Amino acid sequence: MPKPVEMEFFIDPSRCIGCQACVQACTECDTHKGQSMIQLDYVDRNSSPQTVPVICMHCDSPTCAEVCPADAIKRTADGVVQTARKPRCIACNNCVLACPFGVPKMNNGMNLMMKCDMCYDRTSVGLKPMCASVCPSQALFYGTREEIRQLRPRSRPVNSFQFGNQTVTTKVSMMVPRETPLNLVDVAASLHQTPVAQAVAPVEDVLLANMFVEV
Amino acid sequence: MANVPLESITTKDPFGPTLAYTRGVRLDTGVEPDKLVKTHCCFCGQQCGIQLKVKDNEVIGFEPWYEFPFNRGKLCPKGVKRYLQGAHPDRLLHAYERDTAAPGGFKAMDYAQAIRRVADEIERIQTAYGRDAFALLSGASLTTEKTYLMGKFAHMCLRTANIDYNGRLCMVSAAAGNKKSFGIDRAANPWNDILGAEMIWISGANVAECAPITTDYVWQAREHGAKIIVVDPRITPIARTCDLFLPIKPGRDIALFNGILHLMIKNDWLDHDFIENHTVGFDAVAEHVQQWTPQKTAEVTGIAEKGIRQAAEWWGTASTSFLMHARGIEHHSHGVQNVMGAINIVLASGRIGRENCGYATITGQGNGQGGREHGQKCDQLPGARDLGNPEHRAYVAGVWCMDPDDLPQPGVDAYEIFRKIDQGEIKGLLSICFNPLVSLPDNNFVRAQLEKLEFYVAIDFFLNETARYADIVLPGSLHEEDEGTVTTAEGRVIKINKAVDCPGEAREDWVIIQDIAQALGREKGLTFSSPAEMFAELGQASKGGIADYSGITYEKLEAQNGVFWPCPDAEHTGTPRLFEPGSWNPVAQGKGPFYFPDGKARFNVAPYMPPTEDVDDEYPLILTTGRVVSQFLSGTQTRRIGPLVDNYPEPRIEMHPTLAEKLGIKDGDWVTAESRRGSTTLQALVVKTIRPDTIFIPYHWPGRKSVNQLTISAQDPISKIPEYKVCAVRVRKADSGNR
Repeated sequence: MPKPVEMEFFIDPSRCIGCQACVQACTECDTHKGQSMIQLDYVDRNSSPQTVPVICMHCDSPTCAEVCPADAIKRTADGVVQTARKPRCIACNNCVLACPFGVPKMNNGMNLMMKCDMCYDRTSVGLKPMCASVCPSQALFYGTREEIRQLRPRSRPVNSFQFGNQTVTTKVSMMVPRETPLNLVDVAASLHQTPVAQAVAPVEDVLLANMFVEV
Repeated sequence: MANVPLESITTKDPFGPTLAYTRGVRLDTGVEPDKLVKTHCCFCGQQCGIQLKVKDNEVIGFEPWYEFPFNRGKLCPKGVKRYLQGAHPDRLLHAYERDTAAPGGFKAMDYAQAIRRVADEIERIQTAYGRDAFALLSGASLTTEKTYLMGKFAHMCLRTANIDYNGRLCMVSAAAGNKKSFGIDRAANPWNDILGAEMIWISGANVAECAPITTDYVWQAREHGAKIIVVDPRITPIARTCDLFLPIKPGRDIALFNGILHLMIKNDWLDHDFIENHTVGFDAVAEHVQQWTPQKTAEVTGIAEKGIRQAAEWWGTASTSFLMHARGIEHHSHGVQNVMGAINIVLASGRIGRENCGYATITGQGNGQGGREHGQKCDQLPGARDLGNPEHRAYVAGVWCMDPDDLPQPGVDAYEIFRKIDQGEIKGLLSICFNPLVSLPDNNFVRAQLEKLEFYVAIDFFLNETARYADIVLPGSLHEEDEGTVTTAEGRVIKINKAVDCPGEAREDWVIIQDIAQALGREKGLTFSSPAEMFAELGQASKGGIADYSGITYEKLEAQNGVFWPCPDAEHTGTPRLFEPGSWNPVAQGKGPFYFPDGKARFNVAPYMPPTEDVDDEYPLILTTGRVVSQFLSGTQTRRIGPLVDNYPEPRIEMHPTLAEKLGIKDGDWVTAESRRGSTTLQALVVKTIRPDTIFIPYHWPGRKSVNQLTISAQDPISKIPEYKVCAVRVRKADSGNR
C-alpha cells in the first residue's frame, strides 16, 4: 500500500445505497469505539431511495477550529482535523453549530466534541479507515488519486465548496460528473434560482414514465 | 414482607430476543485480541471474507480481510455487527425440555438425557407409524459437511424419505431452471465477469440490499461504460441510477423475457452460429414467442412499450453481457418458467461461456449453493445426484457401504411435509437451521401443524420462533464455533474456520446428530471425528457426479482462496467459468460444453401463466415481499443484534402516494393489509418508488408482524418454491384498537 500521505478520501454520493455499513463500521474504530461519527440520511425518501453519508471533510482551514474559543481542535500536519482535545474542550457547541457540513457531535456524557479523525489509529499505520474499508458500493473510497482516476473514469474529484460567502477547501474530495464544468460545489445552490439549481430541478418520474398506460 | 404486586415481577423472556450491543471487553480499546481468525460472514450467499478478533474464547470484533479476492475487505452492516451474535444473553447453553411452568416455557435438562429422549421418540414413532413418519427439516446456512451429514442421517440412519431444507424457499427455481437449460445448477460465471460486461441485466434482484457487495461489481462495470437494465416493481437502490428501469407488475417476468426474445428474433439480434452449434430447441421457442408482440408484452407486464423495445435493442446488440436474477423472478408458482425464459434470451445472444459473458442467479443463503448439492434435498444424493436414479443410488450406497435398496425413495418438499403432518402421515419432526413459522408462507397453517406433532426436536443456538413449539431443544453451534466449507453464489468452495469453542453444553451440530444416531444404535456411517473426515468422504461421494468436489482439500481451499467446483482430481485447480468452448464435463464426455449427453444447451418453451391468486374486486392489490439490508431471513440472529434492529426496527408497508391518497392514508399511519389467509397491521411508508398497484412488506419478523400470515402457499409444480412474490390483498387504514 502507498504511504499514508499519498492516500486520500473520496466520497461519491451517487453510489450510496443507504446500507449503513459505514455508520456501523465507524463504531468499531478504536479512537472512538462504540460511537459512530457518520450520519447517513435519505435526501427525500418519498421520491427516491437516494441516501448521503456525512463524514468529516477535513477542511484546510477548519471552521470548527476557527470558532473554538478554547483552541481545542487541532489539524495535524497530515491535514486531519482531530476530535477536540479533552483537557481543553469546554463543550460550548460552537463547532457543532458552525461546521458548514454539520459534522461535529457533542458527546454530552463526556462533555466533549467528537468527530471523525479519519481512523487515526488505522490510517497512520497504512490501513484504510473502517468506513471506506467496508463500504459495499465504494461510495466511500480511500486510495490514491491515480487509483480513483483509473477506477472512476466518469467522474472526478472536487474539493472546493461554497457556503454563502464562504469558500471551503477540504482534504476529502467529492466525486462529480467528469463533464461538468463545476470546480466549486455550491452547497446551497438548490435553495436559489441559479443555473445549477435549474439543472438539478425536477426530473421525470422514472417509475410512472415507464409504466404501461391503458388507452 | 408484603407480597410483591404481580405487575412488578419481571416478565422478560429468558430466550429473548434480547438486543446485543457492543459492551465490556468489546468496547475496551486497550484489549489485544488473542488471535485473528480468517473466515467468512455467516449470512448471505456472497460469503465475504472477514477476520474475527478473538479474546478469551469470545469474538470481540472484526478486522477487514483485504486480501480475500471477492470482497477485498468490504462488508455490509450485517457482516460488521455479526460478532454480536456470540456471547449473547439469549444463547442456548443447555438442552431444554418443554415445561409450561418454567420461565419462557422451557426447563434446562441434561444433554445425554435429552439425546436419549429424542432417540426413544424417533424409535417409537418410526416403529408405530413407519419410517417416513419422522421428518427432517434442514438448512442452507449449515456448512456443506453438515448438509452432507443430514442427508446421510436421513437416508442411511433413519431411512426416512422425508428430509428437505429451507433452500426450498430460496434457490430451487433457479436450480431447476438451470438444470433444464444447462444440465447443471451453478452460477455460470465468477463475478469478475460482471466487471467487463457492457450490458448488465438485473431481474428481480434487490442487489444493494440483499447482495450489497455485488453493487460494486455492477457499478464498476458502469464506470467503464456498461449499461444497466433493472426490472423490478420497486425502485431499489441499485435501480436508482440504472440506465433503464422497467417497473414490472409482479408475476409477469416470463412475459417480458418472451417479449424480448420476440424482438431479438424480429430484428435478427441473434447469434446464429451459437444457436446452431451449441443449442437445441430454438425453433419451438421462436414459434412460441411470436405471439409476444411489444404491445401484448406491455399489456401483460405493465411496462411501457418503449422501455421493452429499448431493453431488447440494448440486450440484442450488446457484444458482452451479464444477466442476473434472484428471488424476484424465482418466488413464483411459475418460477422455473421465469428462469428458463431468462436463460432463453442469454442463449439466443450466444453470450455465455466466455470472458465477460455471463449468467447467474444471486444465491441467497450463506451456503445456498453447497447446501443444495449434497443430499439434504428431498430428491437428492451427494454430488447433485438423484435419489430416484438407480445408478446414482448404487454409487452412493457403495460409498456408504449399504444396500441401495435400503435407501428410501424421494420424499416431499418442506411445505408438503407440513401438509403431511396435517394429513396424519408425519408424526415426528427434527429441525435444524430452519425457522418455518416465520419463513414459510401462510404460516397460520404451519402453526396449526406444529401443534399436531407427537414429537418435535429443534436444534439451534437461539430459541427461534418455531423451536418454541418443540418438546426438546438441543443447543447447536454458531458459524464461528465450527469449521467446514460452504459454496458461494459464484460456485466457489471456501473454508469456514473455527474461532471459538461452543459455550456451556452446546456442541457442534454434527456431533449432536451423531449422538442421536448412536443413541438409536444406528451409528454405522455416522462416526466422523471431524469436519475434515466428512469432507473427505463427501469428496468421494460426489466423485463423478456433476457437483464433483473430489479434487478439493482444505489445504487447497486455503492456498487458492477457494476453489470453484467442479474440481475432479488432485491436480485440478477448479472451474471458475462454466461452458467454455472445448471444456469437458462428465455428462457430455467432450461432445460440447453443456451438461447434456450431446453437449448442447436447451431452449425451453416458457409459457406465461398469471399468478395463482390474481387481484380481483375483493382483494384489488398485489402484495410482494422481500428483505431489508440490516436483517437476514427469519431474523433469528439479526433480530438479536441491537445496531441492526435500530437500523430498521419494524416492518412497514410500502405504498405509492396515489394509492395512499385513494385510501386516505398518510406516511406513518397504521395500516391493515389483509389477504384471504391473514392480516397484519403496520405503519405505512408512502413512497413514489413502488408501482401504485403493488404494496411491499419485508418478511423478517414473527407473530403479528409477519407478512407470511398473508402470503399464499401456492408452489411451482417443478421446483416447489412458494409464491412469496405475489398474492392478492386489500389495504385499509387500521382501526384504532388494532395497532
